[in-house]
Amino acid sequence: MTTSVDQRSVTASGQPNVLLKLWRNKETRSVIIQIVTMALLFAFFAYIINNAVLNLQALGKTFSFDFLQEPASYDINQTLIEYTSRSSHARAMLVGILNTGLVAICGVILATVLGFILGVIRLSNNWLASRIVYVFIEFTRNVPVLLHILLIHGIMVHFLPLPKQAISVGDALFLSNRGVYAPRPEFLDGFGFTVAAFGVAVIAALIFRRWAKKVQEDTGKIYPVFLICTGVIIGLPLIVFLISGSPLTWEMPKMGRFNLQGGVMLLPEFLALWLALSFYTSAFIAEIVRSGIMAINKGQWEAAGALGIRRNRVLQLVIIPQALRVIIPPLASQYLNLTKNSSLAIAIGYMDIVATIGGITLMQTGKEMETMIIVLLLYLSFSLVISAFMNWYNKRIALVER
Amino acid sequence: MANTQNPDMTPGLTNAYEPGEHPDWPAPSSVKGPVHWIKTNLFGSVTNTLLTLLTIYLLYKIIPSMVDWMFLDAAYTGTSRKDCEAQASGACWAFIGTRLQLFIYGFYPDAERWRVNLTAVLLVAALAPVLYDNVPHRGKALIFTALYPVIAGVLLVGGIFGLEFVPTDQFGGLMLNVIIGVTGIAFSLPIGICLALGRQSHLPVLRIVCVAFIEFIRGVPLITLLFVAAVMLSYFVPPGTNFDLLVRMLIMVTLFASGYMAEVIRGGLQAIPKGQYEAADSMGLKYWQSMRLIILPQALKIAIPGIVNTFIALYKDTTLVIVIGRLDILGIGRSSLADSKWQGLSTEVYVFVAIFFFISCFLMSRYSLYLEKKLHTGH
Repeated sequence: MTTSVDQRSVTASGQPNVLLKLWRNKETRSVIIQIVTMALLFAFFAYIINNAVLNLQALGKTFSFDFLQEPASYDINQTLIEYTSRSSHARAMLVGILNTGLVAICGVILATVLGFILGVIRLSNNWLASRIVYVFIEFTRNVPVLLHILLIHGIMVHFLPLPKQAISVGDALFLSNRGVYAPRPEFLDGFGFTVAAFGVAVIAALIFRRWAKKVQEDTGKIYPVFLICTGVIIGLPLIVFLISGSPLTWEMPKMGRFNLQGGVMLLPEFLALWLALSFYTSAFIAEIVRSGIMAINKGQWEAAGALGIRRNRVLQLVIIPQALRVIIPPLASQYLNLTKNSSLAIAIGYMDIVATIGGITLMQTGKEMETMIIVLLLYLSFSLVISAFMNWYNKRIALVER
Repeated sequence: MANTQNPDMTPGLTNAYEPGEHPDWPAPSSVKGPVHWIKTNLFGSVTNTLLTLLTIYLLYKIIPSMVDWMFLDAAYTGTSRKDCEAQASGACWAFIGTRLQLFIYGFYPDAERWRVNLTAVLLVAALAPVLYDNVPHRGKALIFTALYPVIAGVLLVGGIFGLEFVPTDQFGGLMLNVIIGVTGIAFSLPIGICLALGRQSHLPVLRIVCVAFIEFIRGVPLITLLFVAAVMLSYFVPPGTNFDLLVRMLIMVTLFASGYMAEVIRGGLQAIPKGQYEAADSMGLKYWQSMRLIILPQALKIAIPGIVNTFIALYKDTTLVIVIGRLDILGIGRSSLADSKWQGLSTEVYVFVAIFFFISCFLMSRYSLYLEKKLHTGH
């Protein structure tokens, strides 16, 4: 093949054309294409970096990350770590990262729980419930998530009363348009024992599970693993908690003169963002769960039944492991989407990464390049961490199944 | 022939029916009919019954108050919020009515709005041959589709052929959503195909470049890319050149969409059996020939539902332009809340925009389902 092509190139031009010859050889051609791609890419980057340098010079700006050490001099309304307006921009960024992390983790948990419940109801025999869930899912996922956030935030701010007339739920939860006030747990001395007991219980449960599985494989004897594990994990810390004298009190929010005082306050911005992201993502998760369960062949149920396995064991041993294999990859991308969508926080003023370092810090310091690079890298690393974790989990599931 | 053995026959009425003439009696009501249906579908078991009762209770709590607010107690006419409140206690739709033009055209000059309408009509004409394959003269119609972006750009921006120039910062409302969505999807399709092919390529450099680009795009939120378009992109062009924010936004949205498009198309490429590649090779087709004639037609067909879903996602994401100060349909609604005559009507605005998005996205997703059914030519 190659020789005939070479001959053609010789006869066509009368004399051997070296470039043409190289181009017609498959290996050299692929090398040439790659070199050209690299060269073009380098040229492109050199060009835009050169432009950036020229532009920065023209504006009298420098490219450095020193501004991170300067005082931020702005306030953040929700801080998980100590922060004042005298703290540095780097500290403000850390607050933003933690706020993004908080809403992402809370959102993932609520969205998963809601999504699984909705997905199962959608598949249930109950026609009415299944239809209602269908309407909810279709409406929720066909409306932009930003709109959900603004709508829920708008309802909270406009329809909930002022803190003075806050709606109280059992004198523990107060709903107002400035936020929801909830009791704050206060850990007294000795609570550490309970935490330690919890750790011990989890480890014991894991060991027991492994042992029970081995016994089952060797002898066929089945222990009620789930019941025993739950019992240990809940029971042991509870006993230790009671023995050590219940070292936990709740600081209740109280109606002060002008405002509610005490307890922990959840901002309407946080709540709106959390609920909106969770609802929106749960609609997608519900569909993923539904399609995952439906993807399991009916024959699997029948085969397991023919082996004489009880129905709940069938679910646990046959259906769920296979359904998870279908569910996990799209679920991972939904978690990623939720984390990325949390950046919409800026529309309602929740101080996440984009609002702190990519918003106020950018405006104050005028360091567009540096701050945007930081923001992009942060989100990129968030995404890579989540997808790495989900890939690892996915692999484990796949191994268990085969 | 005596039919006395037939148990269906009432005694005494032997030979009432000729063989084959027996009418179909309805099934007994215990296995068919509304009563049976309600029994199995709503009250089949204890949990089922509880679920039904809970759902009915929730519906009873939500539906009447929602209908009251939206329709029965709503005010449809008026010139300010006070007017509405004087008429009714529910929603104030008069606000939406007075602002409807703004919601659709943004700040596009009144006298020139026929251009937007014309562009929209032409968009339908350009999309028809793409969406339905039994359009007459499809080949010629597709040429028009290819030319459409230029025509639309000229019509909307103007400045030549005697059309008055309209700066792009006057674009807004629904028009902006459609412009960004359609541009993003139209230009991301070819880029996405190239990226997907690059990702499957045997050349390591090409593959690494494509994978890095796709993973970068999919790893960052669209809103940060829009920020980049707003504040950072102008640093990367030669000093002194200044290009329009809308164009910068469109570039970023297109790049964003092409990352997702590439993955959808890669799914299509991977679904094609290896035999197809080998068959194309054994026919002596070169790489681009085999892609153009054998692989891509099949891969794109598989990927079409995914492409429509990407478009729906992109269309919803066009609302994000409000974070960099452009007023799309949501942004117009949000900014008109600042009007002191109409203060505090955020719920009305957001519900209106939500219903609008629901209808358009739902129709598109139905179209995607229809395509999936139509293209399902498997055995």
